[in-house]
Amino acid sequence: MTMVAHPPDRVGPSAIVHVAPGPHLQDAAFTTRRMMADVLVGLAPVMAAAVAVFGWFAVMQVGICGLACLAAEYLFHTVMRRKPATLGDLSAVVTGAILGLSLPWSAPWYVGVIGSFAAIGFGKVVFGGLGMNLFNPAMVGRAFVMISFSVALGAGAFVLPDAPSVLSQATPLTVGKMTGEVTPLWPLFVGNVNGSLGETSAIACLLGGLWILVRRAGTWDAPLAIVGTVAVLSAGAQLAGIHPSLTVGHHLLGGSLLFGALFIATDPVTSPLTRSGRAVFGILIGLFVMVIRLFSGYPEGVMFAVLLANAMVPLINRWTVPTPLGGPVPGPVQKGGGA
Amino acid sequence: MSAQAFGARGTGSFPRGIHPAQAKHHSAAAALEVLPPPARVEIPLLQHLGAPATAAVKPRDPVAWGTVLGVASGFVSASVHSPLGGKVVRLGVTTLPNGRHVPTVAVAAEGEQVAGQALWEALYGGPWPTAGLDELTPEAIGAVVREAGLVGQGGAAFPTHVKLTPNPAKPVDTVLVNGCECEPFLTADDRLMREAPAPIVAGALLAARAAGARQVVIGVEDNKPEAVAALRAAAEGTGVVVQSVRTKYPQGGERQLVLSVVGRIVPTGGLPLDVGVVVVNVGTAAAIAAAVLRGRPLTHRVVAVTGPGVVRPANLLVPIGVSYREVLDFCGGLRPEAVRVLSGGPMMGLAVGDLATPVTKGTSGITVLTAREVRKAAETACVRCGRCGEACPLGLVPTRLALASRHRDWALARRYHIQACIECGCCAYVCPAAIPLTQLIRMGKAMLPKE
Repeated sequence: MTMVAHPPDRVGPSAIVHVAPGPHLQDAAFTTRRMMADVLVGLAPVMAAAVAVFGWFAVMQVGICGLACLAAEYLFHTVMRRKPATLGDLSAVVTGAILGLSLPWSAPWYVGVIGSFAAIGFGKVVFGGLGMNLFNPAMVGRAFVMISFSVALGAGAFVLPDAPSVLSQATPLTVGKMTGEVTPLWPLFVGNVNGSLGETSAIACLLGGLWILVRRAGTWDAPLAIVGTVAVLSAGAQLAGIHPSLTVGHHLLGGSLLFGALFIATDPVTSPLTRSGRAVFGILIGLFVMVIRLFSGYPEGVMFAVLLANAMVPLINRWTVPTPLGGPVPGPVQKGGGA
Repeated sequence: MSAQAFGARGTGSFPRGIHPAQAKHHSAAAALEVLPPPARVEIPLLQHLGAPATAAVKPRDPVAWGTVLGVASGFVSASVHSPLGGKVVRLGVTTLPNGRHVPTVAVAAEGEQVAGQALWEALYGGPWPTAGLDELTPEAIGAVVREAGLVGQGGAAFPTHVKLTPNPAKPVDTVLVNGCECEPFLTADDRLMREAPAPIVAGALLAARAAGARQVVIGVEDNKPEAVAALRAAAEGTGVVVQSVRTKYPQGGERQLVLSVVGRIVPTGGLPLDVGVVVVNVGTAAAIAAAVLRGRPLTHRVVAVTGPGVVRPANLLVPIGVSYREVLDFCGGLRPEAVRVLSGGPMMGLAVGDLATPVTKGTSGITVLTAREVRKAAETACVRCGRCGEACPLGLVPTRLALASRHRDWALARRYHIQACIECGCCAYVCPAAIPLTQLIRMGKAMLPKE
């Protein structure tokens, strides 16, 4: 970028005319920071539902994870790698909020802290920071603590035996899978069930997700593909009589499917670049979720499904290079052939 | 000329694209004015795509308005003519906004000039026949267009006679006149369509006659209803169809306009000619009429002088070869906050570093931006949001192309079809990380090794 000092003669008092390559305009309203802020706004209804169901546990978990992610980002990125501070882009806060909302209410405080440091450290900074990571950082953090503290995050951790509220019940998918008991769908929809903090209320996830899609902080392709795939596969499972107490409605509204589809699979960094790529990505997530839910020891599989699909994103990108509007660039052979 | 007989019609729009602030209000209401003849002009011998013209005059040669200064030196080349009566001062060299050093002929005005209303009347005024044009042979029209030095006035400046010369292997059925002017700020075509619709219609019919097209459509973005109305009135009974298309950038790109209006996809690496369409700008159409029907070579053009950095935005008929400085002076000069002077509009226009640069046949406008408008956000990391791909009118993945260009990974660049990029600027405009995507891709295209 050069600046040419220019003798202005009679033209105006401006002595310097900047020279730069075009385009010379920019949509200043849409920035990475705004995208992240919109995700946080989208998470607000989920947070509200979590507070309504779990009270102070929700505030504590999300607060711990948010602060720990900011601290980890500053430590790893700014102190250790000596890069300019990136806390202002809000991406660490988003990671912390999603991680906190994906934990059970009962997780001890150090689970959130360790999960946050794993999320930012192993999930993001080792890959080169924002935009470079292969796996969703929040899911990396959650997988790390899930394996490290299997008791604190297992299906049993959700249940507090003598609590008067929903906290005394097992999570709906666990119930359906283990005992064959059918949970009514309405509590799943509004969120009055046990589970990870952010996943219980379908309506809150839908509201927040709608905000993200409307503000274009995320794209609709992957969520639609996930929900569609799960709907089709769960209908098939129901017809085939696999876990008959879990209907299509349970699979769609229960567990963290909507939370994962709308807040985790919409993470732009770890999803494919093109619309068709994101559709493939969503179908894969839906497939992995159903395989884990129906045939594994875990009652829920969104986290592992997202991580598995993340690993396939580079491959999906290779498969889904779009063809330009006028067709591929003609090769030298065709040019001479006059075809 | 039964235009309505054609079934193949576009939807009036094209996939993707962007909606930047139109910013036409600076100059849209300013009626066309004629710039007083300058004392001196410097006319580049290369103002077009192709080979430069060869100088046909020597210093101290007397010239009149329309005298040939440079002769086309090949088929893809264009002659240049004097816009003034006077004397050749010298043969020099100048640098055009695209960075090319080109030979020039400087002419000093002497004696009485055709100016003001008389100049306007000679080029655009009065009645323009739309009937009886079939008496002219296509070859005669093509020859006159070539002699008159016509090039596309939308910006790319491709010699017009090359487009109009019939090619038996690629028959043309449609002449599409481009009145979109989709670049923000620019209003020159808008004013010309409103104030001189008749020569545009006549020129479009002549182009159709020359190219052997049976259908003539004028495509105008729907943010210019006055232009549409004026053209429709002028085109009544001629068979020329005026079609309003969606206001969306880059609607005026010829690939996009052909798709919007005719519903055909121009192949990558090809031209509209490959799908039977010839696209000419409205200014070019009017110049065809002036050349064929009035014997006027291309010596003047309409230029929008606009943007918040200009004291008095205007739309001017200026002689080719006049300096940007003189044009800006006529418009009151630059405001103190002006930071960038552009040849063309802000999306595809080129920044001008020296105001002595002459206006050429392809100068569609002079846009002066202030610090408020120019790109300034610091670049941050790509979060792969894919917005660039959703904006790209070609359906490319700009972030990948920019990455490949930055790292000179030509295999990746080719896999993502870098050569198909038209450099419209949509990707860089929308990028939330402020990555100069278009700029990087442009560099990559230029550096891409030949196969």
